[in-house]
Amino acid sequence: MRQKQPPTTLLAAAALATAVLALPLVGLLQRTPWSSLGAILSDTATLQALRVSVVVSLTATAVSVALGLPLAWVLARVPFRGRALVRAIVLLPMVLPPVVGGIALFFALGRRGLIGRALHNGFGVDTLIGTTAGAVIAAAFVSMPFFVIATEAGLRQLDTRLESAAATLGASRFTVLRRITLPLLAPSLAAGATLSWARALGEFGATITFAGNHPGRTRTLPLAIAQANEAGQPEAAIAMSVLLIAMSLLILIGLRHRWITPRVDTSGIGQSANPSPTSAPQPPQKWLP
Amino acid sequence: MIPRGLLAASVALSMAMLSGCNTNANNENTVTVYAAASLAEVFSDIANQYEQANPNITIELSFAGSARLAAQIIAGARTDVFASADQANMARVLDAGYTTAPPKTFARNQLALVVPKANPGHINKLADLANNRLVLAACAPEVPCGALAKQVLQDAGVQANPDTYETSVRAVLTKVTLGEADAGLVYATDVVAGGNKVMQIPIDPGDLNNSGPPNKPSQPNTPNNPSQPRFTEYPLATITNKATAADFANYVLSPQAQHTLALYGFKAP
Repeated sequence: MRQKQPPTTLLAAAALATAVLALPLVGLLQRTPWSSLGAILSDTATLQALRVSVVVSLTATAVSVALGLPLAWVLARVPFRGRALVRAIVLLPMVLPPVVGGIALFFALGRRGLIGRALHNGFGVDTLIGTTAGAVIAAAFVSMPFFVIATEAGLRQLDTRLESAAATLGASRFTVLRRITLPLLAPSLAAGATLSWARALGEFGATITFAGNHPGRTRTLPLAIAQANEAGQPEAAIAMSVLLIAMSLLILIGLRHRWITPRVDTSGIGQSANPSPTSAPQPPQKWLP
Repeated sequence: MIPRGLLAASVALSMAMLSGCNTNANNENTVTVYAAASLAEVFSDIANQYEQANPNITIELSFAGSARLAAQIIAGARTDVFASADQANMARVLDAGYTTAPPKTFARNQLALVVPKANPGHINKLADLANNRLVLAACAPEVPCGALAKQVLQDAGVQANPDTYETSVRAVLTKVTLGEADAGLVYATDVVAGGNKVMQIPIDPGDLNNSGPPNKPSQPNTPNNPSQPRFTEYPLATITNKATAADFANYVLSPQAQHTLALYGFKAP
């Protein structure tokens, strides 16, 4: 296929969009105190926030995968009444202001919350304020939808005939899952987990509302950045922002390839490029071939 | 080329429209006020009174922790008046050269210890906060209420470890009113704002005011000034040169506004 020259308007609009998104970052980099960057980033408080961020975001991602995979499966494969509603509710945290999520988490898991009371009485969980567990719950609440939506899309694109064929040949349900479905689904799982990890890493509102701000336990990099900024330490805030941006950028660069061009032929089985008749949402396509 | 020019023109136009309609910095009849979170109720009242007396003026209030407001003003937020809950955050704005008149102190506030109505942590005095099993909410040290809490605890020789350091006093109050925290260190005026969901636990006046030399043998080498009274002062300054902003600032210092402040539990400057 011959490559066509894209319209100028399109390029101009794309350039404008890039500028809108990138200019604030350029502004930040231009104000970065490069000479004292090393000192700020090796400061104990920064390293502590970094550790909390890494622990909380990775744990939240693990929770998202463990709980989100069965959910995505049901949403993609099990037809039931009200599925659209369930999907909307599940995806709601993506668009909800995180502060609202934080307050809502209180009403569910707080001391006087719906199941919080049971946790309090039955399991001796006194509070989730100021605990890393609380920060993980807040981060998982806002980031799990990203995993669910990517995995559900992946499941819908999957050629179910391969699974049927394997089953016909005598494979057990578990073998089909292990040898066919999961390998085919791997790119979507990776993309979903990575996106959800990136979202958990940047989480702020729900965390500070629900889990509070406690150094070494819930004070993640975003919380430390906000606090430094308000405390009149813009250099520290900028330096930590640069660190967070670098981390997120690395994650997203690693993600990009899989997200744009999902490959379905990981283990050499599924060479079928024919879209199955049941696949509803199409993968994001490149504009130019 | 033409589409690109059109696009640029439309972008420039929409930018101009956005900047023209969403700020009131040039409008003499609207006064934007950035005020400390602890002023939320009382400033709403004072603004209403002012608007009633001056029907052509609109007061737009924005409340947050003083540190956040100071940071926003230093970053260029276009507000007309800034009311801080301590001198330190006003000093940041002053030092950065953003005030258009010397700040004036219009009120004072003291630290208060509040617990949920049922007092699940069985707290009877400030020293009870040393119990690490309690869920204690306090302000971050950068926020005025946090600086004050730190000072009072230090003076009293109470080793308390807050479970969360909130960025505004109202976030502390919320955690207590929700019953999620066993205790919170807030301002005396927040006890009123907390209504019947919270109960105040009296702090020993000696701890609260630290009048005279410290009677507790606490850290003799800490650089705390024993003659410094333990309350926070609320200064207010204009950030723009609007006559209406100066007029509202004066109104806050007027007897009527001072009376309203007293009703909400603020002390006279």
